[in-house]
Amino acid sequence: MTTATERLTRLLALVPWLRARPGVYVADAAREFGITERQLREDLELLWVCGLPGGSPGDLIDISYEGDQVTVVDPQTLERPLRLTADEAMTLVVAAKALAHVRSSTERDALDRARHKLEAAVAVPLGGVEVALDRPVDDAVLTDLRAAITGSRRVHLRYVVWGRDELTERDVDPMRVLYQDGRWYLEGWCHSAAGMRMFRVDRITGLRVLDVPAAPPPDAVPRDTTGGVYRPSPSDVRVVLALSAAARWVTDYYPAESVAPGEDGGLLLTVRAADPSWVRRLVLGLGGHARIVEPPELVEEVHGAAIQALAAYESPL
Amino acid sequence: MARRRIERLLNLQMCLMATSRFLSVEEIGRLVDGYDPSDDPDADAAFRRMFERDKEELRDLGIPLEVGSNSAFEPEAGYRIRRGDYELPDIALDPDEAAALSVAAQLWTSNRFATASATALRKLAAGGAEIRPVPTGFEPRVDATEPAFLPCLEAVRSRRAVRFPYRKVEQDGATERHVQPWGVVSWRGRWYLVGHDLDRGAARCFRLSRIPGKVVAFGPVAAFTVPGGVDLRSMVASTEPPARATTARLLVRPDSGHTLRRAALRSARPADDEPGSTDPTGRTDRSEPIRPAGPEPAGPVGDLLEIGYNDLDRLARWIVGHGPDVVVIDPPELRDEVIRRLKATAAAHPATGPEGRPGTGYPVEIGA
Repeated sequence: MTTATERLTRLLALVPWLRARPGVYVADAAREFGITERQLREDLELLWVCGLPGGSPGDLIDISYEGDQVTVVDPQTLERPLRLTADEAMTLVVAAKALAHVRSSTERDALDRARHKLEAAVAVPLGGVEVALDRPVDDAVLTDLRAAITGSRRVHLRYVVWGRDELTERDVDPMRVLYQDGRWYLEGWCHSAAGMRMFRVDRITGLRVLDVPAAPPPDAVPRDTTGGVYRPSPSDVRVVLALSAAARWVTDYYPAESVAPGEDGGLLLTVRAADPSWVRRLVLGLGGHARIVEPPELVEEVHGAAIQALAAYESPL
Repeated sequence: MARRRIERLLNLQMCLMATSRFLSVEEIGRLVDGYDPSDDPDADAAFRRMFERDKEELRDLGIPLEVGSNSAFEPEAGYRIRRGDYELPDIALDPDEAAALSVAAQLWTSNRFATASATALRKLAAGGAEIRPVPTGFEPRVDATEPAFLPCLEAVRSRRAVRFPYRKVEQDGATERHVQPWGVVSWRGRWYLVGHDLDRGAARCFRLSRIPGKVVAFGPVAAFTVPGGVDLRSMVASTEPPARATTARLLVRPDSGHTLRRAALRSARPADDEPGSTDPTGRTDRSEPIRPAGPEPAGPVGDLLEIGYNDLDRLARWIVGHGPDVVVIDPPELRDEVIRRLKATAAAHPATGPEGRPGTGYPVEIGA
């Protein structure tokens, strides 16, 4: 959408929105439409000169100001907003359906009612797109986390760090629950690490909502996850893996720094890992279909782990 | 687009909506402020081109322009916008419904749909609904950035067949597929096209990220109907393995194998010296205080886990990832697969000698 199309779309909604709220503050209207007050005033100035053929005062859109408050006196033909386009209706209907699957029953009820009203009101076919949000392994964890966030409570977590296969205990001030790329995450201020951390909800094995108010440092904010939940840092270890053709699927599931063609239909995958122990686990499990090219220490480690593991099968159980 | 063009488009919308008759292009030129029709043929042609562009712009916004003539004697078609076609019908949303929708609208992260859902909310608010997005700390997010997404969606909507290159996961090259598209589905964070595969003569799911080229629609629109009773979500879900069929018994070192424990059906200590210290179901225990993470008794024995599985390769991969911390007791086929993987991994990662000399690779033969 060009900025002009965006503006026109906004203007067509702005007039009926203001019309339905006589005397609304310019600041409130600007916030609702995601623009600055200055932009809103420019919009109003533009609307001011538009109207029906004839161009006499009675034919124009009539807007009155009173200080910072604005009222649409005569919207001409823009009394009501434009109907929803197929994309607009689809995004809401599909989202309402997807969320109903993972929310509590009262919220589900509201989502379903809203969706049915939308479906009944729009004249465009809406089928063809579906979003399935997985329910987390343990619904109760999600429910408790949300209650903790709403009530600003600290939680105590028992959390499995998969890479190191370590069961950790920590107090966290939860800030948000996120579902992205098919997984649920908790983001919050971790008091053990004294930093913002992202936890996978399916690796929370115990959760207690504490009777302690959450008190993250004022500058602790959730990070922008638009590009993905994992954000490698330049100081992370660079690991290069040679994947055989049978292990190409790995590139679909792990965030890659780069992927290049390898030997015999395989791939050369480069990843960054703050703690390469998860790479060791991955490579071990792939049973020769993944080979660490570098760093050499990791080659050694994988070799050692495999030999040790094999030894267990030599001795009687 | 200059401010003047926006003014002109607004004037055009209002003019066409205020009229009950169809207005000819010529009439529109005379009536709508911003057009400059002329007797000069070149200028007139310029005006008509301008009107054509404006008309398309309005249609792109979703404004329904009706074309027709007022009587059989008028040779030229005219235009109007019918109020009933244009206006959002009254959708009386209760406050909880409006609140639920405003959270739902944030699902989309890709530009096009994020914009569409924000616009939709504003239209609903303009229609009178009180929509106040409140931060809830609950943020499901879905992306739709695969280049194949939009052409697939268009084809689903117009019920037109598509062809596209498709790459199987284990291959470099792609083969061309021909599909009647029934729908696009996001499952476990990934997008799929579901439809009737014309080459295979059967229903198939395609992962959009494995379409490395253009999706091209071909043939007529409305060329097929989606069979009744088709459930897109379950079609994609059924590519997942079915319920657990086999049980494996594993010996897991104390304080390790935590994700396996979580998935295990049952776990007990063979030594039986500390019964019940391990949560057997892996479920969250919320009634009891959380056990401190102090050291557990170390020893030659570990915890016995029983875990159900349906996909031997997957479980073997999971187990082998634990290295020496998890040992398979049975079934034998799982044990063999785990040993095979360990040997292959060891062979692929030869040890280097103390002076950096390459070692002998996998050193000893170990019987299964």
